[in-house]
Order: sequence, then structure tokens, then C-alpha cells
Amino acid sequence: MGDSGKKNARILVFSTEKISDPAIDMAGLLKLHYPPTVFTIQVPCSSGVKPKWIMLAFEKGFDGVFIAADGSDCPYGESCTEKTGQIVTRTHEMMKVKSIEPARLRMAAICSVCSEAFVKQMKTFNEKLLKMQYA
Amino acid sequence: MNNKLGVYICHCGGNISDYVDVAKVKQSVAAEEEVFLAKTTMFACSDSTQKEMIEDIVANELDGVVVASCSPKLHLLTFRAVAERAGLNKYNYVHANIREQASWAHSDDKSGATAKAINIVKAAIKKVRFAEPLTPIRIPTINSVAVVGGGLAGMRAALELSSLGTRVYLIEREHFVGGRVSQWDSLFTTGETGKELITRLYNELTEQKNITLLTGAEVTGFSGSIGDFSLKVRITPRYISGKCNPGELKKAIEVCPVGVADDFNFGLTVRKAIYHNFPGEYPQAPVVDLSNCNRCGACEKICGNIDFSQKEEVIEIRTGSILVATGFDPYTPADGEFGYRTCDNVVTLPQFKRLIDMGEKMLIFKGREIRNIAYIYCVGSRQAEGENKYCSRYCCTSTIYESITVKKKFGNIHNFHFTRGIRTYGKQEILYDESSRQGDIYLQSYEDDPPAVTGRNGKAVVTINDILTGKRELEVEADLVVLVTGMVPRNDNPVGSLFKLPKGRDRFFNEIHMKLRPVETVIDGITIAGACQGPKNIMESVNSALSAAVKSYSYVSKAEMELEPVVALIDRDLCSWCGACTSACPFEAIRKENESGKPVAAINNSVCKGCGMCLPVCPVNAIDLITYSDREIESMIDALA
Repeated sequence: MGDSGKKNARILVFSTEKISDPAIDMAGLLKLHYPPTVFTIQVPCSSGVKPKWIMLAFEKGFDGVFIAADGSDCPYGESCTEKTGQIVTRTHEMMKVKSIEPARLRMAAICSVCSEAFVKQMKTFNEKLLKMQYA
Repeated sequence: MNNKLGVYICHCGGNISDYVDVAKVKQSVAAEEEVFLAKTTMFACSDSTQKEMIEDIVANELDGVVVASCSPKLHLLTFRAVAERAGLNKYNYVHANIREQASWAHSDDKSGATAKAINIVKAAIKKVRFAEPLTPIRIPTINSVAVVGGGLAGMRAALELSSLGTRVYLIEREHFVGGRVSQWDSLFTTGETGKELITRLYNELTEQKNITLLTGAEVTGFSGSIGDFSLKVRITPRYISGKCNPGELKKAIEVCPVGVADDFNFGLTVRKAIYHNFPGEYPQAPVVDLSNCNRCGACEKICGNIDFSQKEEVIEIRTGSILVATGFDPYTPADGEFGYRTCDNVVTLPQFKRLIDMGEKMLIFKGREIRNIAYIYCVGSRQAEGENKYCSRYCCTSTIYESITVKKKFGNIHNFHFTRGIRTYGKQEILYDESSRQGDIYLQSYEDDPPAVTGRNGKAVVTINDILTGKRELEVEADLVVLVTGMVPRNDNPVGSLFKLPKGRDRFFNEIHMKLRPVETVIDGITIAGACQGPKNIMESVNSALSAAVKSYSYVSKAEMELEPVVALIDRDLCSWCGACTSACPFEAIRKENESGKPVAAINNSVCKGCGMCLPVCPVNAIDLITYSDREIESMIDALA
């Protein structure tokens, strides 16, 4: 984890262009606030996120990584949730080797209208990461 | 690698610059090594700024451009087109969203929003460094449009699409088309009735061979993407076969023991479980409402065409685009809201319209002749406390038109309008003038001091502190109080969830941009029309229906459409074929090939959808996704950290 005493944790979100990113945009439209230290990188599908990208994010100083998964809404097929879950499992293994707390990687399905769910996830993840910081 | 970049940071009027210090963003990113020029602009999407960008790109031979503005859903294509017009490949443009994901999301924290915006723009700069000229992929499209909702907007859109030569599936959940408009009598400005409008449209629909009309049909399944959607449609039978003998049908309806509140008349009347349609509804065939039928068998004994053996069926429709026109619900006041359901003589505007239509020589409600009518405006709209902050647009005009109509039709009527300010915009203003000339009384109150309705001697007494007479307390003893109820989103509208259509703060379906892309949704290939998008009058609904029809047509009218050239790319030096990528690919786009005797994976670009599922499973990291390569993503992570 980064410096202690942070106001907010730095969170990298992998969001998907067709599903979760519209929800994140709509959160802005609705002025549903979440920590400004949350950053997104758009990908076509959450099951295409490479574990090495996640590991790089931790290496570069992100406190947490959140995969805003397509879930059952994935336009590329039903296997998305399972495959994204496998990515998380594999990355958790890599994190353990590097002594990175697995709880710093989180995944949840965020549909294209799940703005409130996204904001809630960001707030709770931020709180969790901040607590871990002081642990 | 591109290293002569142009970066433009948009104020978006004040939408961005009210919360993000755009000058600071510019200063921060201008220092980046690859940035040749950085500018701020009031509106990046304006013609003058686009022209300036083109001049900059050409004059300075820029090899990459970043615009930091609103969501890419809105203007990615705009700025790609700018790049193309300047002779740059459109994929050498990268969009940075600092409005929805910075200024608006963090309007409570200006320094936080500014710091975030700087990181977002820097990440876009890092990405565009690696951008390469690309050519779009072309895919075949299905030349058909599914129009969901058979009201006026849906019918008009279907006809327009048909005239353009596209196959249309018009899907209506009810057993009759026409929607709300079929319930209205005379309409401003032409005096035509809603029934006449719907009759005309229905007759035209039935003449078009390329329109398939499905009634009693509900969309229950949805998959696919723009150009090739698949819908599952459940069709409920009418339980009537062939054409009924009118006499037998009449008797069959008479003997039905079931009474159900008739939605067509907004519950003012009762219909049977077997019921015939009203003259303005089509198709003109009766229906057995099985959900309310007690299967007593009385109707079957009289009419041989009643057929309970008919089964529900589910059909599949493949279509290139979907146009959603599912309409609205009238606002239902809460019990006690201005005396609704607690005072005998209180009705809503839609009920009043039906009362006028059903009345013949006298206006009668609950057996009593109506002389004095009080109209209370903005019920369920412009709410100070409730969720409906919006104006429902149609109700002032509609109410005043009905107040004129009721006086002309029945005579000896006195109208009292309790308003919060009249909004008969445009040509509709002449109605207000006509109403005033005929002697209608207008009173007005503020939102925090609305009129009150109480019962007295079988009448409803409406009191108001009228601001037009210096807040004098005035009261009217009314035979009937009409609550001028506005529009709300349909309560029971599962297609919104099914298609994952975003909703706005008003809970109606949301377009991408109110002004610039008013009928498109963030779900590529799905357009919206009519009052499902927000309150509209009939003219405005038809305008949006025609707009949505043409937009949907633009998706499917060519045999093929352009898609992003985002496909997987194999590093053949690294790959030694393990087959993991083939197993991960849901589209069978990866096959085994031999390269100089070495087995390697090969991508079929015409089949690859660019999902990236093959990327993380490769044990030697031999797969990249075009525009999402390791070097692009990793440089962005570095910039955001």
C-alpha cells in the first residue's frame, strides 16, 4: 500500500466500453460523487484484462484494482463472467507471491445502467482500502 | 511512434471548466515531451474549433490528436472525422473523457477533479503515441428494424422505415395498436380525432407488404449486437379464431359474468373478460382476456369462434436495429392528493378527456350534470417535493383545448383554471387567447402554496391564495375537479431492462445527447422515439419517430457496416501453439497454422469480434488486441498512477 494518511485510495478500474463505461458516464451525468482518485481504462470485455496489467498497476502505486465486469450482459457471450473470474483467481495467486493483499483486487458486475451500484462499489472499496492502509 | 501531438482541452461552456481548471490541465500536459501544441477551447465540437484543429494538423504535420472533452459516446466520431478531414488516419485520434468522468463526477471537489483530468489527458497522450493507421472492418447487416411499441410514434416510424424499403417488425404488447392517441377525441390544431389519426395510420400499415404487425406480442429475449440483433417475442393469442358473427359476439359479451375496470376509459367504465375493441383501435377483432376470464364457458356456448385451444407461442426475430417507442403512463395522483379518491368529484385529465368523448348531450359524472369545472394544473409535474421536477409539456395545451371543447360541446359550462403559470408555447398560445375570450377564469399560485380541495355538500371546493389578485383567498365550488396530470415513465416496461437502456434523472429513457444525438442510445443500434424518452405532444412524438426511423435506417440500409478494426494479433515468434486461445475464443476465430514447420495460432480477422478473451489465457503473452496492446495499456497505467 502507498503512503499512510491518504484521504482517498487510488483505484484503477477496468471498465468495458459497451456495458460498464456507460454506467460510469451516467454516474457523472447524475452527479453521483465518488473519490476523484478512481481512474478508468476502457477495454472491450472484462474477460480480456491481462493479469500483468493488474500487477503493473500495483507496482506503479495503485492501492486497488476494480474490474467492472460485463456479467450476464456481455455482448461477446455467456462465458464472460466465468472467464473474468478466472482472471481474478490467477491474479490473486500472482499477488500472493508478491505479498500483495488479494482484497486489493475486486470484481463486480456493473451493467450499463448500474451507476448507483458503481458508485457504491467505489465508496466501499475506497473505505476498505483506506482501512487496510492503517492496518 | 507518434511524437508530434496536438491536445485540445474543452471548457464545454462551463460544464467542464466550472469544476476543472482547464488552464492548469493545459499547462500540465503541454510539458509532455510528445505534445507539440496544447490549447483550451470553449467548445471543441464547434465548427470553428474543428476548422482550427484541421488547420493545426495540416500546418504542423501533427501525427496524433487528443481532445479532452465529454464522453466518447458523444464526440469520438466527431473528432475522428476531424482527423480524417485533415488527412490523418482517424485511429490516430484518442479521446479523453474529462466531463462525465471528471468535472461532473467530482463537481464536489474541484482540485480533485482537476488532478484527475490531468491524469486522464496524460494517459490519452501516452496511448496516442502508439496509435497506428488502421482500416475499419466491414460486416454484413440485416436490413430490418424491429419497432417496439405500436402507438402513434411506433406506427409512424414503421411506415417511414417501410417507405425506405426496410423490412419492419412492429411489436405491440397490447392486442390493439394506437396506444394513448387512440383514446383521445378531438385534437388541437386540426380538430382530427385520435381515432381518425390511428385509423389512417393503420390502413396505411396494412397496405405495406414489408411490415409485419405483431399484437399481443412482448419482447422477452434479447441478444446480439448492431447489425444482427436477435429478439424472442412471446405472442399471446386472442382466443378467437376467424371472424365472429356480430350478433353472436354481442351476446357472448353480454353473458360474460366478469367485470374488469376498463383501461381504455381509465377505469371510468367496466368491460367484460371477452371484449370488443373500440372503434379507434385496431385490429378490429375481439379478445378474450384470459388473465381475468373465469372459464365459465358461457361465451363458448354462444359464439363458435371462441377458441381456448390457441396456445401462446414464442418466435425469434433477427433484425439489424431496434427502435423503442413504448410511450408513457399518465401520472396517478396519490390517494388524497387534491382530493383524488377521497373526494367524489375528482378526476384526472385523461379521465376527463374520456368523459367528454363518452358524453352526448350533457356532461355527466356519477349521474350528476357538470356545470362548474375546476382544473388544477401541474399535478405530478414540476413537483417541488416529489421526483417529477420536469414539465410534462402537453398538459397546459391539452387542458385548455378540452376546456374549450367541453364548452362548445355541452354549453353552459364554467371553467376555472388553477395554474402555476400557463405554458402554451408556440402556436398553442392562440388557444389560451381563445379560452380567455370565452370567459374562462385563470387563477395562479406558487409551488409552495398550492390550491386545496375539500368536499362540501356533494361538491368539491377549491381554494387558492391567488397571486394574480394580490394573494386574495378565493374559492370555487366545483361540480368536477380535473387534476391536470402529466406524463411519467411507464411503470411496467421490461424492455428497458432487457435492452439495458440508460435512464435519465427523470427516469425516462436517455438519449446520448439531447441536442446533437437526440434519438440514439448508448446501446449501438437501438434508437428511442416518442414519450418513452420524455414528455412530448403528438407533433413532437412524430418528429422524434421520424428522426429515430431514419437513424435506425442508417444502420441497416447498406448491406454492410463499418466496425472498429479491433482484432487480436498473434506474435508468431513467441507463439508455439498450445491451443489455449482457441479454447477461450467464443467465435472460433483462431486456428492452428504452420509457419516454416512451426505450429502457431492464426486469427481469422473476419470472424474475430475483438473481445480480447484470448489475451489473458496465453501462457507466453503472444497476443495483443489492436488499440489495446500491452504498450498502450501499460503506458496508460503508468500515466494514471
